[in-house]
Amino acid sequence: MAITDDVLVIGGGLAGATAALAAAEHGHRVRLLTYKQSTLRHASGLIDVLGYTLGGDGPLSNPFTALEDLPERHPYSLVGREAVRDALHFFDAVVGDTYAGAHTNVNALVPTSSGSIKPTARYPAAVAPGLASDPRDCLLVGFATLPDFCAPLAADHLLDTGVPFDVRGVTLSFPGIRRDDAKVTRYAHILDRDEGVDIGRGTTSARAALAALVREHLEDEARVGFPPILGDDNHSVVRRDLEERLGVDVFEVPSGPPSLPGMRLEDRLYEALEAAGVRVTTGVPVVGYEATDGRIEHVLVDRKGQDVPYQAGEYVLATGGLVGKGVRSDRDRVYEPIFDCHVDHAPDRYDWFDGDAFGDHPFASFGVTVDDDLRPLTADGGLEFENVRAAGGVLSGYDFAAEKSGSGVSLATGFVAGDRAGAEVSR
Amino acid sequence: MSDTAHPPDDQVPEDEDEDEFEPIQVFSEPTAMDLRPGADNCYKCSTCDTNCPVAEVDDEFPGPKFQGPEQWRLKRQDDTDIDDSIMKCSNCMRCDDACPSEVPLSQMHNTARGEYVDTHMSKRSIEYWRNRLLSNYRLMAHLGSKVPRLTNFVMGLRVTKLFNEKVLGITSEREFPEFATETFRQWWRTRGGARVTNPDKRIAYFHGCYSNYNTPEVGKALVRVFEHFGYEVLVPDQRCSGTPMYANGMLGDARRAAETNVPELAAAIDDGADVIASCTSCSMSLRQEYPELFDLENVETVSDNTWDALEYLRVHEDLENALEGTAVDHPDVAYHAPCHARNQGLDGQAVEVLSAIDGIDAHDVGDSCSGISGTYGWKDENYETSMAIGEEMFEHMLASEADTGLTECPTCSMQMEHGTGYSISHPLEILAEALVGDASEAGAA
Ligand SMILES: Cc1cc2nc3c(=O)[nH]c(=O)nc-3n(C[C@H](O)[C@H](O)[C@H](O)COP(=O)(O)OP(=O)(O)OC[C@H]3O[C@@H](n4cnc5c(N)ncnc54)[C@H](O)[C@@H]3O)c2cc1C
Ligand code: SF4
Ligand code: SF4
Repeated sequence: MAITDDVLVIGGGLAGATAALAAAEHGHRVRLLTYKQSTLRHASGLIDVLGYTLGGDGPLSNPFTALEDLPERHPYSLVGREAVRDALHFFDAVVGDTYAGAHTNVNALVPTSSGSIKPTARYPAAVAPGLASDPRDCLLVGFATLPDFCAPLAADHLLDTGVPFDVRGVTLSFPGIRRDDAKVTRYAHILDRDEGVDIGRGTTSARAALAALVREHLEDEARVGFPPILGDDNHSVVRRDLEERLGVDVFEVPSGPPSLPGMRLEDRLYEALEAAGVRVTTGVPVVGYEATDGRIEHVLVDRKGQDVPYQAGEYVLATGGLVGKGVRSDRDRVYEPIFDCHVDHAPDRYDWFDGDAFGDHPFASFGVTVDDDLRPLTADGGLEFENVRAAGGVLSGYDFAAEKSGSGVSLATGFVAGDRAGAEVSR
Repeated sequence: MSDTAHPPDDQVPEDEDEDEFEPIQVFSEPTAMDLRPGADNCYKCSTCDTNCPVAEVDDEFPGPKFQGPEQWRLKRQDDTDIDDSIMKCSNCMRCDDACPSEVPLSQMHNTARGEYVDTHMSKRSIEYWRNRLLSNYRLMAHLGSKVPRLTNFVMGLRVTKLFNEKVLGITSEREFPEFATETFRQWWRTRGGARVTNPDKRIAYFHGCYSNYNTPEVGKALVRVFEHFGYEVLVPDQRCSGTPMYANGMLGDARRAAETNVPELAAAIDDGADVIASCTSCSMSLRQEYPELFDLENVETVSDNTWDALEYLRVHEDLENALEGTAVDHPDVAYHAPCHARNQGLDGQAVEVLSAIDGIDAHDVGDSCSGISGTYGWKDENYETSMAIGEEMFEHMLASEADTGLTECPTCSMQMEHGTGYSISHPLEILAEALVGDASEAGAA
């Protein structure tokens, strides 16, 4: 007996979760199966749709008008501009008021922890008071034990970019943390639980202690930016509490991995999956399949030594790119490890990357090639399988790092793949 | 540097020159294995660190990235010793599950812990003997179950608790689990063994220590359910699965247990049986840790043929159909997936299966770790950490519309009970109730 569902989504990142939610809207039994954790744990939590053109022009003000100029085989071109919009609306409904940006088509400009400005389409509510288009003066607070965010340096860089406000940075020592390499989750936990911390003159609650520290440095700035560690489960409470204690707006400055905003988004998505009745299986990989007449019968899941069959009518492949392990490489070839779908790449591995470290690397867009129904294609353009669609990082034809389109492509293709898989089952 | 501005893309295909690879022995016996390829895979993304429940609540703990690949590299310089923080790792194996780069973290921790205990911990220290006592639970249980009522009485005494805490460092906060008046194996013998004989459908039950000595009702439920589906149940001789021993760095003890378990189970497999466990740490141990740590004959065979009980039924029987139309009279349950179930892809299983039964509603209480991690939460020095980790699960349980708990792991269930006062069942018990009815009705004695 195989474990049987209507739609099986392989991969639990942004693309997979969106696909599963979209498929579940059709009222079918949907399973999401994922191996390791997704790149959401590294990602900033920002939803970039398109920040730069392929030629490197930008930052783009309106990503939607720029979609028209993308090449034919770009994932956005395959699904079409309306689908990108629909996917964003779908996302907005899932994340509710934890995200902002839905009110406009225009990219927001978000200051990042290096002090650069990033164009993005949707951003966590905690990021909103920090936007670079907001003219209010700003204090950035970093912590000595969190070297990834140097607030004074970030402030200087921001001033250099010509932001329309004054910004200063200070480095403080976080109440209750002594370790140089404490985990970001430790900071969040202390604030979530408002733990008692020793401040030398006895114990006080962490949020009060943090606010007191910051207040000493606050001049007449109307907003204070922190690294993204302001709680996890009780994130919005932590932020509101600090705002009340400080009497100014409090925001987070997105930073590099590991990233709590990405984890919070992941939690949101998994809550939505549970609410939608999607069955979730984690910690084990899909390792193979059985197919007849060009259709996948079932896939095989390695449950620590047992190959367990999982069967569905329709499948969505959302296993990510080279990081997510949806695309792998060895010395001789680049391949998609589950279905061995065709991955277009030069035969000589020295042609996989550009001589210049910051050059135009072909490997950046390695992935499976799909038709406009997102079904993977063979080397000569035929369908690999009738009932498989692919979404997100596993797709070829875009370079998310250069274009700043990572989450947008995962969202749009995940939405379309899931929606079509669901519709197909209904037929 | 912000990766938001420049998200590092997928790694450049690596230039791993296989010809140059020379295995280097870092950790000495009993588990001299080479983990270099694993360590080399780490690209320091810190995903593992964000999953470590201990690092989240304990400022002193450096986290899995340090315990695993970094310590491994440091150790290659001979003058660096294993850091004693390795004893704070609870062996929940969450970091394994997290790493996008397939670094075998828990294997590294287990190996390092083994070496630490071998070379750094005085064999005359109280800590060593306390850990040995805790990890060799079966010995205590074996003696305790000879005179269960007396043992339960003595273990419950205040003076015993004080002695345990002050002298041994076993927290007095916890209630020792009660020993059953009849062990599973005694019940099995009295019952006359299997009631179904079937050369085509056989399972060998790995009951582990806990369902033998403390919760034989779980083992009995398993027997009833499998016999219901026509299986012949074998109950081979066995010792502890080894899980508490890895967590305490007692790899020698674990290996000795494996030296009994592997041949016994392999013999049953030879007789046509598959191995079934009701505890997810036991199945994890047989499936993953045995082949990782011990080079024993048939260790792979045992790993390849071991299953979780529900998992096995789902794959080999039409469990969903069998449950259709069944009903139980059971309060709603708050289900916690043990870390070792999660790592085996069994996280959603109990809720999915039970949803087919009328009269019961299972609420998943989310993905936090229970915090007890076997013997970990029994140690005086870890008690607070253990409860701080468990806090999230307690809150979710108390907030859910259920007043009974459900889990596959015996120590998680202790923690659930300890933190909420709920009584805790095992999914197999509910399945037995649905399929076979009440124990007495089924004449199971
Ligand atoms: C460091 C970093 C920073 C980023 N910053 C931004 C940003 O600021 N803005 C933005 O828009 N985007 C950003 N991105 C990109 C964005 O996060 C990704 O493009 C997007 O999340 C990819 O999602 P995905 O679902 O396609 O794949 P992934 O997130 O890679 O998920 C793939 C999942 O599939 C699972 N899987 C793989 N193989 C198997 C198998 N055989 N069986 C079962 N499961 C399997 C994996 O374990 C994984 O969980 C960033 C990415 C990174 C790495
Ligand atoms: S998750 Fe894996 S690759 Fe990332 S730091 Fe941990 S061990 Fe290294
Ligand atoms: S096994 Fe668990 S406690 Fe140990 S380092 Fe890994 S995540 Fe942390």
